[in-house]
Amino acid sequence: MATKAQSAEVPATADSGGDGVRRRDFLNVAAVSFAGVGGVAALAPLLVQMAPSADVLALATTEVDISKIQPGQGIKTTWRKQPVFIRNLTPKEIQEANAVSLSDLRDPQTLADRTKPGKANWLITLGVCTHLGCVPLGIGEGENRGPYGGYFCPCHGSMYDTAARIRQGPAPKNLEVPEYKFTSPTTVQIG
Amino acid sequence: MSFKWAKPYEPKNPFMRWMDERLPLPRLAYGAIGGGYPVPRNLNYFWNFGVLAGIFLTIQIVSGIVLAMHYYATTGGAFQSVNQLIMRDVNAGWLLRYAHMNGASFFFIVTYIHIFRGLYYGSYKAPRELVWMLGLVIYLLMMATAFMGYVLPWGQMSYWGAQVITGFFSAFPLVGEPLRVWLLGGYAPDQAALTRFFSLHYLLPFVIAAVVILHIWALHIPGSGNPTGVDVKDERDTLPFHPFYTAKDGWFAAAFLLLYALVTYFAPNYLGHPDNYIEANPLATPAHIVPEWYFWPFYAILRSFTVDFILPAKLWGVLAMFGSILLLFFLPWIDRSPVRSGSYRPVFKRFFWLLVADVLILGYIGGAEINAWRVAVGQIAAAYYFLHFLVILPLVSSFETPLPLPSSISESVLHGEAEEAAPMGQKKSRRGATATAA
Repeated sequence: MATKAQSAEVPATADSGGDGVRRRDFLNVAAVSFAGVGGVAALAPLLVQMAPSADVLALATTEVDISKIQPGQGIKTTWRKQPVFIRNLTPKEIQEANAVSLSDLRDPQTLADRTKPGKANWLITLGVCTHLGCVPLGIGEGENRGPYGGYFCPCHGSMYDTAARIRQGPAPKNLEVPEYKFTSPTTVQIG
Repeated sequence: MSFKWAKPYEPKNPFMRWMDERLPLPRLAYGAIGGGYPVPRNLNYFWNFGVLAGIFLTIQIVSGIVLAMHYYATTGGAFQSVNQLIMRDVNAGWLLRYAHMNGASFFFIVTYIHIFRGLYYGSYKAPRELVWMLGLVIYLLMMATAFMGYVLPWGQMSYWGAQVITGFFSAFPLVGEPLRVWLLGGYAPDQAALTRFFSLHYLLPFVIAAVVILHIWALHIPGSGNPTGVDVKDERDTLPFHPFYTAKDGWFAAAFLLLYALVTYFAPNYLGHPDNYIEANPLATPAHIVPEWYFWPFYAILRSFTVDFILPAKLWGVLAMFGSILLLFFLPWIDRSPVRSGSYRPVFKRFFWLLVADVLILGYIGGAEINAWRVAVGQIAAAYYFLHFLVILPLVSSFETPLPLPSSISESVLHGEAEEAAPMGQKKSRRGATATAA
């Protein structure tokens, strides 16, 4: 209140630079802006602390020995705490996957797009349903593989084919293929 | 803040007078929940559920603070601390845990009754729009709190609930997946997610308590509604909150808490899911994954979208689920009828009960295992839910002829000396008839 009364008493011309802007206005705007920028900057650590920390990111690669997986078998491993399916497809399963025309697919991709050249039998995908993140069934022996012979998600009934492509149900995408490479004929490095 | 005939606060003794001049907290309480708050005299038992919700919030905060003293928020220790330490070793730990677990369910039971009371009696209408909207904010906060609390025991349902619910966010294009990873602090629920959920689960109830204060404050400006929906006109229409409604709330709370005690002591796991007694396993999803019962109707709406239509089915499901609640914020402007109470709205009343049935069907579908016919029933029920609010309510409020309203609250309660004194079983005039006569 005191400031207001004071500035009202002072003639406008006294502390304005002739362009109508009073020195007090400038000081007010500058002070509030400075505090505002500081306040926003203080939010940064509060927001970035939520992001994955270094120890979580350190799990970014996993090496897997695949020498023991026979055709028709698969294993479940983990990468970044998420399940990964590594499946050795049989010639029949490869044939089934290749027989599907791309126009029938919700997320059109060929088996070749989803495997490495010359390694079409090694189907490596995340075991995370693209609907809401459940682990689909079908990698273990005797589990329900659904009508398309790939994977079946028990949560909301998404069905995947032998190339782990979405065929029916609410999931929008094919099971994600993580980045990986063959470091030797029997070892895969995921991530 | 109150009617002009509200009794003024008079400090009874010198200490209270001394207090009143320095910190008039007793004056505030007297005006809010004491003899200084006049309440319509015709409230029925549906008006007891607001106080009950407050009681359950208190039970949850008290039992929760104590449980937090024994709980370990680590992925390796959480399950153990709940199921071994608290349930077996801590003195009375089993009771506190079951009280907290079932307290959450009962908090939702009374809140749902409270919400449907508001829907039937038009409690959301002017001048109480903000009371309604603040109530919805409380409800949303309750859902967030309950979800995060359910994750803490780190059982199978906890883990997969966290996975599925944070998965909702990945439905949004572009920002979805980074947002999900940011919320979890990892690529799947893990230590980072568990610790932050614990922190927020402890914080949010106090935020709820703060919004409850705003909710009550906003309510006390126009004063409580009543079953006729007719405004309070004079002193004959009201009774002081204390002792009349403190007594009624008191006895009803005791009766209702008996039901709560019955479930807590004799069927403590009836409302829960047995899979949550299996420790979280990130590599295997339970065969039948469902949220807690109070989320079932929304889960049914989520699952109803199975085909892509412009947007992916998954995004539709998530939008519809959030939309089903956000829609309620617009209810005061969707329902244009000037008559508040459903008792005087013959058409609205029928559709209200249809909506109740619809939500119950959605609840059943959301909790049941998925199959072809259940999906179809769920889709019809989900479509009807939106139809009710977006089409039926606006139409009903413009075409319906409401029944004549009583000219005052006191008139609707008091039928005249002769009838009041009539022996039991003798025919009394119906409420509508009295209204017409007036």
